[in-house]
Amino acid sequence: MSLEFRGPGVVPLTLYVNGHETHLQVEPRQTLLSVLREELGLTEAKHGCGMGTCGACTVILDGQTVYGCLTLAIDCDGSEVRTLEGLARGQELHPVQQAFIEHDAYQCGFCTPGQILSAVALLEANPRPTAEEVRQEMSGNLCRCGAYPNILSAVLAAGEREE
Amino acid sequence: MITKTAEHTVIGTRPPRADAFEKVVGKAVFGPDVNLPRMAYGRILRSPHAHARIVRIDPTRAEALDGVYAVATAADLPEAADRTERVGEGNVNYKYMRDNTFAGDKVLYHGHPIAAVAARTLQIAEQALELIDVEYELLDPVLDVRQAMAADAPLLHEGMHTRSLAGTADTPSNVASQFQFLQGDPEQGFAQADVVVERAFETAMVHQGYIEPHAATAAWDADGTLTVYTTTQGAFDIRSQVHELLGYPLSKIIVVPTEVGGAFGGKNVGYVEVPAAVLARKSGRPVRVVMTREEVFLASGPSSGTWMRVKMGATREGRITAAEVELCYEAGAYPGSPVGAGANCILAGYDIPNARLDGYDVVVNKPRVGAYRAPGATQSTFAGEAVIDELAEKLGLDPVEFRLRNIATNGMPRLNGGFHEHIAAREVMEAVRDHPHYNAPLERGTGILRRGRGVGLAYWGNWGARSSVTLEVNADGTVSMLMGSVDITGTRTSIAMQAAETLGLSLAHINPAMGNTQTSGYSDASGGSRTTMATGVAAVKAAEEVIAKMHERAAAIWVCEPEQVAYTNIGPDAGTFTCSRNDETMTFAEVAAKLGGTGGALRGQGDVNVRRWGGAFGANIADVEVDIETGSVRLLRFTAVQNVGKAIRPGQVEGQLRGGATQGIGWGLYEGYAYDGQGHMLNANFLDYKLPTALDVPAIETEILEIPWPEHPFGVRGVGETPIVGPPAAIANAVYDAIGVRQGFLPMTPARILESMGII
Repeated sequence: MSLEFRGPGVVPLTLYVNGHETHLQVEPRQTLLSVLREELGLTEAKHGCGMGTCGACTVILDGQTVYGCLTLAIDCDGSEVRTLEGLARGQELHPVQQAFIEHDAYQCGFCTPGQILSAVALLEANPRPTAEEVRQEMSGNLCRCGAYPNILSAVLAAGEREE
Repeated sequence: MITKTAEHTVIGTRPPRADAFEKVVGKAVFGPDVNLPRMAYGRILRSPHAHARIVRIDPTRAEALDGVYAVATAADLPEAADRTERVGEGNVNYKYMRDNTFAGDKVLYHGHPIAAVAARTLQIAEQALELIDVEYELLDPVLDVRQAMAADAPLLHEGMHTRSLAGTADTPSNVASQFQFLQGDPEQGFAQADVVVERAFETAMVHQGYIEPHAATAAWDADGTLTVYTTTQGAFDIRSQVHELLGYPLSKIIVVPTEVGGAFGGKNVGYVEVPAAVLARKSGRPVRVVMTREEVFLASGPSSGTWMRVKMGATREGRITAAEVELCYEAGAYPGSPVGAGANCILAGYDIPNARLDGYDVVVNKPRVGAYRAPGATQSTFAGEAVIDELAEKLGLDPVEFRLRNIATNGMPRLNGGFHEHIAAREVMEAVRDHPHYNAPLERGTGILRRGRGVGLAYWGNWGARSSVTLEVNADGTVSMLMGSVDITGTRTSIAMQAAETLGLSLAHINPAMGNTQTSGYSDASGGSRTTMATGVAAVKAAEEVIAKMHERAAAIWVCEPEQVAYTNIGPDAGTFTCSRNDETMTFAEVAAKLGGTGGALRGQGDVNVRRWGGAFGANIADVEVDIETGSVRLLRFTAVQNVGKAIRPGQVEGQLRGGATQGIGWGLYEGYAYDGQGHMLNANFLDYKLPTALDVPAIETEILEIPWPEHPFGVRGVGETPIVGPPAAIANAVYDAIGVRQGFLPMTPARILESMGII
């Protein structure tokens, strides 16, 4: 086994962001979140705590939700990254987004991108989750406005609709 | 005045929010999302000490670092006026605000800002902070409110003397001010009592916990106009603060509010706007300053930790005879705790013939507190409702029945000197009494899991104040709406609904937007649960002006007198003008299409200062399960009841009730600042300062009562704050019901529960 050393200067990075092949030069210390927000202008992912405790920076990396603030960008070389930007097709919303509107599953809207991506990943893995599974799976996304009961009903409703 | 007599067609419905699409696709621009060309990154140097004198600040090494554009300190700010003004939901002295922006000769808390740096990258700015040399002379900190009140306590402000109605004290003190409410004869009242209960309570400092950190971006135009983009509840309040601290004309400052990612009272006062503006001026570039989560905890405006004592007496028949209350609230580093509001709200729901309340505003070496959702009321209600509950128990009365026997009614004098008007405390308590939750059997539990049920009655006074709404009629019959109020949780929709209802148009006809300080009329901050209420009044006024002006345009088209034109905003013909001279009709859109030929642009302007408003009573029912081996408390069922006057958009009202309850659950069970003996905050992160997650909150049942505030066109009362006031009290009473031990401390962590039981 050999270790690959990169840096300390900028290094090349290839990401497939919402289906687009993207070539970047990033510092090895940059997080995936900072690359998305600062280099690519994809501000849908939010910086809430910087230490993986709030979930506002949740994105989907090769099918799994990750905290963008705890993921080093250079560890994602060649990976597929999905952000909220890639979810709706023009004016056509994803069923989870539609359900969030119908159930008032947000108040201020700041944690919403992370909540929606967690719900999307959950439903892709488990299209008909129980309420307990939704609460468990989404407990990594804080909502300080306290929309949890509404988020729960939105995710359950979106699950039924997708089937 | 257009009076609606028919059923409402817009109000009370559940349309999607106007900002729904932007929010679910993530395109809404929040404070940290603002990005300008050539922008530099700002960071703030903060004190590692809770109390120290600053001997020297030397930024030379930082300024020399490659990529650093500017360093700012207190030396860059002019002297500020020693004047106190209402800012958002609390009072602020500008001299203190200057010292809290950049420390003067002393630092007063861990995290106190000292200097700021603007650099090419965030990393360089952070590196530069370490190169600013600061020499401190350490002083003893004082962190406990009662210790701070002691005569021999270390003083935060050597020149501060306690103010009260009696004048200013001779000796300096950490007690900034004190006051007393007195009603009847408390000594005589206690003499009449058959049962007396007295207890002391303590609550930890708590934070609003908004997930979006404070963020501001400042840019100077070549002509000297300063534009500040910021996440705030009140764009005009921030403009006043920047104006006072920079000594710069209001007309040359434009504050543009972004979408707000949670505020709950904590975004009335600015923390990063002035540093961003100074750095931008010195560097000649736009500068963005975004707080880290640690900075938000250390140095924004949390809510007071408190020490409180409540003594109450009642007769065998279950009538309260007297109350004695002492409220000691931490203000943090500078005066201005919400002890006054705490005093206004404690026991507000009861008829208490004899009472004395002493309130103290006390500085300690912690961040200067700000407003947090019903500021000051949650703490005092926790204390008051626990003693009420214990009195009921000692008298052998059902807790709801005891509350109803003493419930406050209209016309009754209040302890703070006012009178109750159009309140519904009785209706709220009766709704609890009749609620299926209160009447459901509760399995008590055996062994280590014990269950209990508790209730809490809550009051918040709400607010009115200044609001401004502009409605512009477009040629296609749609209406563009601009409001000066910042939308913090969907109010652009609830305001537009009131405009649509008044105009007799569908909500789809109105496109609402938030203005900024250059485009909108002056509006006070979105705080005090005032926005849907007071800005709603402005919207109705603007809509009425639109209709009046449209009458004139219709008359011009028909060549008749405006008095011959009638407009209907209700029923199947809503949105139609008729002329009594020729019996012709025109729709709103048809008149709008001819605005160009009948005089040009048509705007309705509603500028109001709402001076009277209705308070809101609410109540909570909590079922808990306490594990008596671990001390952990689990919520089994939770209900929120509230009189909201009129629910404009019920989905949002339910959201406020649930949201306030969720924060109240956090305050009750998990949340609290922790400090070491030197005043270093130990839990400035979401791992150690625990917010409730989806797993901690049960489905919160809501019951909305609509007993109107008669002076609002649709009967609206403030909604957003009352919901947080009752939950800790209801949970504490439920915990007592489960384990038989009264709780005197918030948060009721497992360790505190076990301590109260004498186990640890």
